[in-house]
Amino acid sequence: MTALALLAAAGPLEPASRSFLSPTGVEIVFLLVGITVLGSAVVAVSTKQLVHAALWLVVSLGGLAIEFLLLTAEFIAWVQVLIYLGSVVVLVLFGLMLTKAPIGRSPDADSKNRWVALAVALASAGTLVTLVVDAFRTSWIDLGGGGGSAAVTGASLFRTWVLPFEALSVLLLAALVGAIVLSRGAKRRVPPPRAGRLRTGRPVGSNGTVAATAPRTAPEAAAPLVTEES
Amino acid sequence: MHLAYPVVLAALLFSVGVYGVLARRNAVLVLISVELMLNAVNLNLVAFDAWLRDSLHAGQALTLFTITIAAAEIGLGLAIVLLLFRARGTADIDRATALGDPAETLAEEAPAGAGALKGQATA
Repeated sequence: MTALALLAAAGPLEPASRSFLSPTGVEIVFLLVGITVLGSAVVAVSTKQLVHAALWLVVSLGGLAIEFLLLTAEFIAWVQVLIYLGSVVVLVLFGLMLTKAPIGRSPDADSKNRWVALAVALASAGTLVTLVVDAFRTSWIDLGGGGGSAAVTGASLFRTWVLPFEALSVLLLAALVGAIVLSRGAKRRVPPPRAGRLRTGRPVGSNGTVAATAPRTAPEAAAPLVTEES
Repeated sequence: MHLAYPVVLAALLFSVGVYGVLARRNAVLVLISVELMLNAVNLNLVAFDAWLRDSLHAGQALTLFTITIAAAEIGLGLAIVLLLFRARGTADIDRATALGDPAETLAEEAPAGAGALKGQATA
């Protein structure tokens, strides 16, 4: 009897009767972290300072790890922290440093078609949000505990998903070998910039050096066209 | 929790990634935007896994696979960007036009080149 009274006091449990105007505590935390994630993502794609973009990416991905925790996917959250915050962001920072990204503000960080890109992004956001809200307006997630703990995830991963898991390890190995081959082959095939004598003494593109010499031919080819016009 | 919250957040994050991919000029920043889009997909997978209470935990397993593939993708992508930078001295994707149609690029670059050549001729 007291249990029934408690149930009645807790309110109706049908999903359709839950309102967006009376959010639960989890929803409020999710909303606040989501605003942080979205704001830092917007800053990461729009800031003019290239290194700051990678650092704002840290905030965005870390916020997403909190969202995973709120959705009871604990193991995914820690994997997110390990892989994304630990390795991907470090890789991106190394990539920025090795490509000599400028430290200060670089005015040409965005290309000329940024307004077209903004229109496309707004159109896709409008379409997706309209569709998704219309489809899942009344859906309710019952957040039970332990749905994504390491034990449950490991059991499902090694009972049901063993074959894709092993195939994925082969893919990781292939990516590793590919990255090594790419960064080793660069030294051998592409000559250093000071090989100017070699370029004049031999016809270009004769031994696979097309990539290093191709941009130099563009202005020379442009010249006769321009003189014809003028 | 309403399913609409994570799903709307994922849709908005994906759109932010779309904007970054289309608007950024540096190739490393384009890779950052691709990571944002992949994370939006991850959030969708986790949210639907929690909603459907799948006994196989397909959503979370696929999220782990996506994270692994994203790690492989950014490793290979950065290797390619470094290769491009060593060959060309720039990591800007709108200057990597060696495989484009040469006549088309010349037609686009002709007005800028004409001004520069006229300046040289007068000097």
